[in-house]
Amino acid sequence: MAAILVFSERDDIAWQLLGKAAELGREMGLGVAAAALGSADPGGYANRGAQKVYISKNEQLKTFEASVYAEALSQVAKQADAAVILIGSTRRGKELAGRLAQKLGAGCISDAGSLEVKDGRLVCTRNALGGATVATQTITTELQVIAVSPGLGEPIESPETAEMVEVELALKPSAVKVIARSEKGQGAVDIEGAEVLVCVGKGFTRQEDLKMAEELAEVLGGLVACTKPLATDEKWLPEDRVIGLSGKSGKPNLAICLGISGQVQFTVGIRDAKTIVAVNQDPNAFIWQMADYGIVGDLYEVVPRLTAALKG
Amino acid sequence: MNIIVCVKQTVDLQQVRIRKETREPVLDNIPLTIGNIDKNALEEAVRIRDKVGGKVIAVSAGSEQLTDTIKEALAMGADEAILVISTEFEGADSGAAAAALAQAIKRVEDYGIILLGEGSADNYSGQVGPRLAEILDLPQVTYVSSLEVENGTIKAVRNLDDCFETVEVGVPAVVSVVSEINEPRIPSVTQILKAGKKPKQVFKPEDLGIEITRSITTLSNLAPDQDRKRILFQEGTDKDVASLVSALEAEGLVRR
Repeated sequence: MAAILVFSERDDIAWQLLGKAAELGREMGLGVAAAALGSADPGGYANRGAQKVYISKNEQLKTFEASVYAEALSQVAKQADAAVILIGSTRRGKELAGRLAQKLGAGCISDAGSLEVKDGRLVCTRNALGGATVATQTITTELQVIAVSPGLGEPIESPETAEMVEVELALKPSAVKVIARSEKGQGAVDIEGAEVLVCVGKGFTRQEDLKMAEELAEVLGGLVACTKPLATDEKWLPEDRVIGLSGKSGKPNLAICLGISGQVQFTVGIRDAKTIVAVNQDPNAFIWQMADYGIVGDLYEVVPRLTAALKG
Repeated sequence: MNIIVCVKQTVDLQQVRIRKETREPVLDNIPLTIGNIDKNALEEAVRIRDKVGGKVIAVSAGSEQLTDTIKEALAMGADEAILVISTEFEGADSGAAAAALAQAIKRVEDYGIILLGEGSADNYSGQVGPRLAEILDLPQVTYVSSLEVENGTIKAVRNLDDCFETVEVGVPAVVSVVSEINEPRIPSVTQILKAGKKPKQVFKPEDLGIEITRSITTLSNLAPDQDRKRILFQEGTDKDVASLVSALEAEGLVRR
């Protein structure tokens, strides 16, 4: 039976995808398989909704390198009779998806934000035109590669235990040598899971003034996030705080945007917020199109008063 | 050693407006430009050339206006350009773009690095680099935030989701960059004037033996529905903050 094959270099994302694949597989009449390659723990994949888990501990898979993993997955895909390959759309996942799709002559959609079956075909949505629009797309090649945004799909506990299939892969060593790796881990914050986000933009003129935003976030039990320039140009905040097209997407109950003009590259990451509040001096700023509530005024004047009012 | 930079022609995204009634994007009469991250790739290419020599060759696939759009890349410091021109590139997917770029690149002798942005400004799919690398059977190094080239070895720092990874690879290789790698230069008037005179090779897809195929169908492309209340208070009226706080309280979003 043809199958949906799931892979992510992160087990937690692979399990989310397996939950989604189980649902899609039922609708499309496809089996569900997973590839547990390299350092993945195959045991963890046994009851996640897959009928088969393909395992390889090949020496070349010890470190993740896209061209080697693409070759490995293309071999697994043939063995699994894959019709659809779902990959977690991390940076590694995206570079893998493109290379794998090319190798297999497949169409590929990356950063798919939703995935459903319509008239027997998989239909995806993804941002287009720099985030100004959302395109609804379908892949027309026989084999489809889809890199799915992390967070889509819930891990499931299945009573059915997958068959574990050890595969022999023919892999050549990568030309790319990893010399060093430094984890970003320390002080990591979960912008994407936050209930309240206080987002800061170029309306702030000095780094120390961000304290105002931090105080507001603290009163609200939220986190401070920022637009891209504040992290990459000014380096006032680490990159894991960036909201937007090349950063993260939040789904908070409340997002407060301070001194943010509202360019689509930013708003694409916040538009799923339930309520958006903005404070901005410019009465014509784009952010007002996105705001449920706002104060047109100087954030330096408004924010301390807002924090004080919320403290009660 | 020559350095290739792949750039993509897109509409100037700052100028895209949305038709309110239909939520469709209005793309008519919007000037074409090259993407912002493409400019980071160009800047990096120029810096490398100034250090190790060779030429910077901009390669692009796009519409008839590409001969004009590409001047931006030439003004920024590319020495020449290879263009593949067809109306069919409009809305073409990453596979078609990669196929065209690969055939154009095959015309270049002695290239060491193929640089591009991590994703295009409009679609941001991040696929073209890896697809190119596969077609040309080259190693790929993506999401690079710092790059050095010395004696035929590329040393790069990759900015990944959870870590920075330092890698080494020999030339030739495909390298995609993130925007924090550099600050793209703004060309001077003299450079802009000179850009038009730099050599350009122009091909049609059939000259390169390419057929533009589509592997993705777009069913719709609409701005997301933003049903927002848009209630604004003016600063200075004594009730500004109080009104906001009561509105948020009424929605159960804050407690005093």
